[in-house]
Amino acid sequence: MKILVCITHVPDTTSRIAFTDGDKKFDANGVQFIIGPYDDYALARAVELKEQSGGSITVLNVGGAETEPTLRKALAIGADDAIRINAEPTDSLFVASEIAHVAKDAGYDLILMGRESIDFNGGMVHGMVGEILGIPSISPVMTLDIDGDTAKMAREIEGGKEMLEVKMPLVAGCQEPIAEWKIPNMRGIMSARTKPLNVVEPSQNQSGTTLDKFELPPAKGAVKMVDADNVAELVNLLKNDAKVI
Amino acid sequence: MSSILVFVESAEGQIKKTSLEAVAYAKGMGGDVTTIAFGTEVSDSELQGLGNYGASKVLHVKDDRYNKGVIQAYASVIADAMNKEGADVLVLANSSLGNPVSARVAVKVDASLVSNVTELPDTSAGFKVKRSIYTGKAFANVELTKDKKILAIKKNAAEVKEVGGTATVEAFAGSAADSDFSTNITKTEKATGEILLPEAELVVSGGRGLKGPENWGMIEELAKVLGAATGCSKPVSDMDWRPHHEHVGQTGVKVSPQLYIAVGISGAIQHLAGVNSSKNIVVINKDPEAPFFKAADYGIVGDAFEVIPKLTEAIKAAK
Ligand SMILES: Cc1cc2nc3c(=O)[nH]c(=O)nc-3n(C[C@H](O)[C@H](O)[C@H](O)COP(=O)(O)OP(=O)(O)OC[C@H]3O[C@@H](n4cnc5c(N)ncnc54)[C@H](O)[C@@H]3O)c2cc1C
Repeated sequence: MKILVCITHVPDTTSRIAFTDGDKKFDANGVQFIIGPYDDYALARAVELKEQSGGSITVLNVGGAETEPTLRKALAIGADDAIRINAEPTDSLFVASEIAHVAKDAGYDLILMGRESIDFNGGMVHGMVGEILGIPSISPVMTLDIDGDTAKMAREIEGGKEMLEVKMPLVAGCQEPIAEWKIPNMRGIMSARTKPLNVVEPSQNQSGTTLDKFELPPAKGAVKMVDADNVAELVNLLKNDAKVI
Repeated sequence: MSSILVFVESAEGQIKKTSLEAVAYAKGMGGDVTTIAFGTEVSDSELQGLGNYGASKVLHVKDDRYNKGVIQAYASVIADAMNKEGADVLVLANSSLGNPVSARVAVKVDASLVSNVTELPDTSAGFKVKRSIYTGKAFANVELTKDKKILAIKKNAAEVKEVGGTATVEAFAGSAADSDFSTNITKTEKATGEILLPEAELVVSGGRGLKGPENWGMIEELAKVLGAATGCSKPVSDMDWRPHHEHVGQTGVKVSPQLYIAVGISGAIQHLAGVNSSKNIVVINKDPEAPFFKAADYGIVGDAFEVIPKLTEAIKAAK
């Protein structure tokens, strides 16, 4: 089985979010970058599927040279080779059309990625890739098993889940509990250094949006503390101050 | 402004609150609002009732194949409806169905697509919207550059208003191909009669501080008295104390209720990422240094096992 895993290179979940260049650019100063947590689940499941039934895993990122350590980490976790599409992505359509172009005739059975990135939270790339390629796209996927040429999945819905089956090839936007995050071991880290990382230039250059500017939410007011022996006071505040109950 | 199409979802025969917000949002943009609804579980009178929220017309795809979330088929029919109605804007609520569907529609009709939209567009120069990014920690103002536009709106992006009136309901066949139904949905498991967490106005959420699943009775009791949905932190769902769809945070459900009550949750930054668009946050934690207090509006330092039953009684008494 041939699997493509698309990963994002995003600020660690504990990062302070700030902007520079007149609020037009993310301030990466002092920020640690990671594989997007949802993408990391997709990758972990790909590694498990490969362990079960063989095949290959290609990991892909649309980004500048600074994302290569993140791709190397994915190689250390278990991908066989990597593709970096050398571009600063502008929006979901940009990313999706580049991914679709690379995947078009490459014969992947599964194209996996996270349900959304944790920087822009768009949640749109998997669906766009599926539509451009004319194959099913399923998201958010909680479990994924392969049975012959069929993928069996659970898709999360509000308040529950849907069990479904679809023939490959397909695109899936993944989330937990599809697999547990994998930490690269020493052997993986060593072998990742020499695995192929191919850089390709973007060819589609499509986008549907342009950024005007970023902004931060207004600061939160101070917390009102209530004594544990006086819960009636809390009820009073919620009723008459916040007016929510 | 020309015509706007709104994709409305229903659950258990009722239009979802988040879809009513999408209708209100579209109405707020001005112009004529047409909606499209799917499946056989929603009644004509429920659909006519969309008029009360600002819709003038409902296209009803009355076909039981759509009672399940067949993503590709939904996308084909919605794209078809946009074309037939001459709609250049599609509005829908961010949801587990809406998002994957809208991504495919955007490609089909060559539209600019933005999700997590938090405010009405600014059309004074171009067409700009504000959207939530970094899991609620920031916003981006973006311009949609294509002629057609799709907006997947975040909860609370518009206030539902009753304007009076009924909508006319028209049958809409829509052209989905057989291949659009290639995904075979074999089973749906869904909590019924429960208040759904992503849409809830009040949420009571429990963390590892509750020590075990056997202690959730008091959380459920408090939620019941309030009419709230229940949520939890990630370790709680990881340990199967609670079902996965209750997991709130960076990697789980993002909630935007009027009130979020966090009990025995430390307030790790990844948990806060899922609750930072709540209007009011109450934190109950025995550790005065718990980071959650910094993100709270109201706090009680105390043992949940003592505070929660008392709080439940006090709310009952106040009702
Ligand atoms: C990439 C990534 C993504 C993540 N995504 C999420 C996410 O989506 N959601 C999420 O929740 N977490 C997420 N986490 C995990 C997160 O970092 C925390 O580990 C988690 O939120 C802690 O859960 P908790 O607050 O229930 O448990 P703890 O941190 O163990 O806190 C328990 C709290 O209960 C209090 N307590 C104990 N006993 C009592 C008592 N009797 N009465 C009152 N209070 C009591 C303690 O003082 C403590 O503050 C993520 C982590 C990573 C690395």
